[in-house]
Amino acid sequence: MKSLAELAAIREKMKDKVVLREGSGEIRVVVGMATCGIAAGARPVLNAFVEGVSNAGLAEKVTVSQTGCIGVCQYEPVVEIFEADKEKVTYIKMTPEKAAEVIEKHLKGGKVIQEYTISNAIS
Amino acid sequence: MIRSHVLICGGTGCTSSGSKVLISTFESEIEKNGLADEVKVVQTGCFGLCALGPVVIIYPEGTFYSRVQESDVAEIVSEHLLKGRPVDRLVYKDADESVIEEAGKTISLNDTNFYKTQKRVALRNCGLIDPENIDEYIAMDGYAALGKVLTEMKPEEVVQVVKDSGLRGRGGGGFPTGLKWSFTAANAADQKYVVCNADEGDPGAFMDRSVLEGDPHCLIEAMAICGYATGATEGYVYVRAEYPIAVKRLQLAIDQAREYGLLGKNIFDSGFDFDLFIRLGAGAFVCGEETALMTSIEGNRGEPRPRPPYPAVKGLFGKPTTENNVETFANIPQIILKGADWFASMGTEKSKGTKVFALGGKIENTGLVEIPMGTTLREIIYDIGGGIPNGKKFKAAQTGGPSGGCIPVSLIDTPIDYDNLTAIGCMMGSGGLIVMDEDNCMVDIAKFFLDFTVDESCGKCAPCRIGTKRMMEILEKITDGNGTLEDIDKLEELAYYIKENSLCGLGQTAPNPVLATLKFFREEYIAHVVDKKCPAGVCKKLLNYVIDADKCKGCTLCARKCPVGAISGTVKNPHTIDTTKCIKCGACMDSCKFGAISKA
Repeated sequence: MKSLAELAAIREKMKDKVVLREGSGEIRVVVGMATCGIAAGARPVLNAFVEGVSNAGLAEKVTVSQTGCIGVCQYEPVVEIFEADKEKVTYIKMTPEKAAEVIEKHLKGGKVIQEYTISNAIS
Repeated sequence: MIRSHVLICGGTGCTSSGSKVLISTFESEIEKNGLADEVKVVQTGCFGLCALGPVVIIYPEGTFYSRVQESDVAEIVSEHLLKGRPVDRLVYKDADESVIEEAGKTISLNDTNFYKTQKRVALRNCGLIDPENIDEYIAMDGYAALGKVLTEMKPEEVVQVVKDSGLRGRGGGGFPTGLKWSFTAANAADQKYVVCNADEGDPGAFMDRSVLEGDPHCLIEAMAICGYATGATEGYVYVRAEYPIAVKRLQLAIDQAREYGLLGKNIFDSGFDFDLFIRLGAGAFVCGEETALMTSIEGNRGEPRPRPPYPAVKGLFGKPTTENNVETFANIPQIILKGADWFASMGTEKSKGTKVFALGGKIENTGLVEIPMGTTLREIIYDIGGGIPNGKKFKAAQTGGPSGGCIPVSLIDTPIDYDNLTAIGCMMGSGGLIVMDEDNCMVDIAKFFLDFTVDESCGKCAPCRIGTKRMMEILEKITDGNGTLEDIDKLEELAYYIKENSLCGLGQTAPNPVLATLKFFREEYIAHVVDKKCPAGVCKKLLNYVIDADKCKGCTLCARKCPVGAISGTVKNPHTIDTTKCIKCGACMDSCKFGAISKA
């Protein structure tokens, strides 16, 4: 080890790999992964979120995790986004493409994409 | 892309309760479910909650599974990792209701009563990183402190930061660490050394082991920093051979650090050279004493020598040496990175920072905790430790092992720091904390610890070699029911004599358990010699089992259980115990279904 830059390079490279364990969880993206969700294609959505969040450099404040049946099986894959002091946002019938859009607009830009939410479907 | 980490404790506690097989089972189940690209299994150091091992944590949720068996793994993988449903029956739930109720969230580690009041500095990486992977340590800002001191700070500035932090020796003595470093730094010599005391020998203490097992690079980094600050280029870690996992991981860490050039020549191109070596101790308690430890590293029989000269002047191989304990070192990188003020903001006026305690004895949550100095014993035992099992009453806590004393229930609200403990005739010690309840006899406890020091006395000086033996004989006389009041006085006098006249710390502190119990529980000693009774019902010679004829139904169960045939009687008639035959094993009392047998 000859320089601090060398050390920093290893740190940066590794940071993504351990941030999972100490992410602040400011924003939590929860993907419904019950049988209904998996059947409807929740797995690629989950992977799209995990990858997308990491690539967007959001891993320190966004935690992607999974949960069981949310209870609205007809709308699966369902993704819920929790943020402190904000109302929960529920996205329905998600796809990896929509996930990428949510990461870009909602997680990064702070703007909820209304047309994908459950409230849009019900109202 | 990895989305989930399964952390499995690989500390000694969980390894002995079967965590090793969990690792391979998790890996094969994950493979079977096609999750190998999404889930990673990591072996870590100690999480602290050893009583509930093997412990498994799943991130990013931080779900804390306790007592995980091999047969549970398939369920955790298919339910939690595949379908996102935590396996409720295995989740550790000792937390506030409000936390449990919070929607959309499973209980994470930091919500539990055991963890939420802890403050992890020395243990910050234990249970969080893979100790066998230097990159994970670096990811947690590892070696950044070494980089900082070598490129930005002068040695005297490093010493000043450590001084300002108020860090004191965590091995027990509580000597200011910065001051110790400045003594060595001030002595010019062609060669100086850094020594780490990892000869953790107190019964029930395993703080240092956990740091070595869970975060070995932290120690390497701290010793290199100490080397730079004091002008030393070589370091030795003296660790017990009884800690095989710790030794293996430390050696692996040293090899990795050498490969990365974090040990060796010209580290960070600063011109500073430092290398580190392990020396194994053979299990002698006295080798935890600094001069005996250095003598042992030199290849001689581990015996202490008089001080002065202190190690800072004439230490290892006759050269100026800085010797610190593992936990002391473990604080150093954080102090360098976050500053002296940050460290000094924790703790009490004269005891800064945190302290790691190994909780043991009569307590629910046996394990490892790190708390800010100044936390009361009550908080440690009841809030973090979960209280005393079986609804028993707390009687006393022993700190400092065979060199320490006990804190009775009347002082349970004492804020724990170096000076408060010394003031009540106790000592911080290295951090073993053994909890005792109403069923413990304090004379017996004193005898237990003294028995340990009698065994471990190296024999070099007479007060310790002969004195502790004589004290032991008096204690045996008392617990056998042959003691007199004069014996108690003699015991006390002898104790002070040994304290004042022994050569090293072992002898100087050996009488402490006796003195502390005499101070707080003298009435128990008096009960033993005057009434010939052991109030807690522990000392066998002072104990008789009796059968209450009114309660005895004559079921004959006790007579059949008695291993020496001391119980006689016929069916449906009250039985009696022949006290001359009775060996006081208690088997009859345990077997009686009518509560007819009691100690008297």
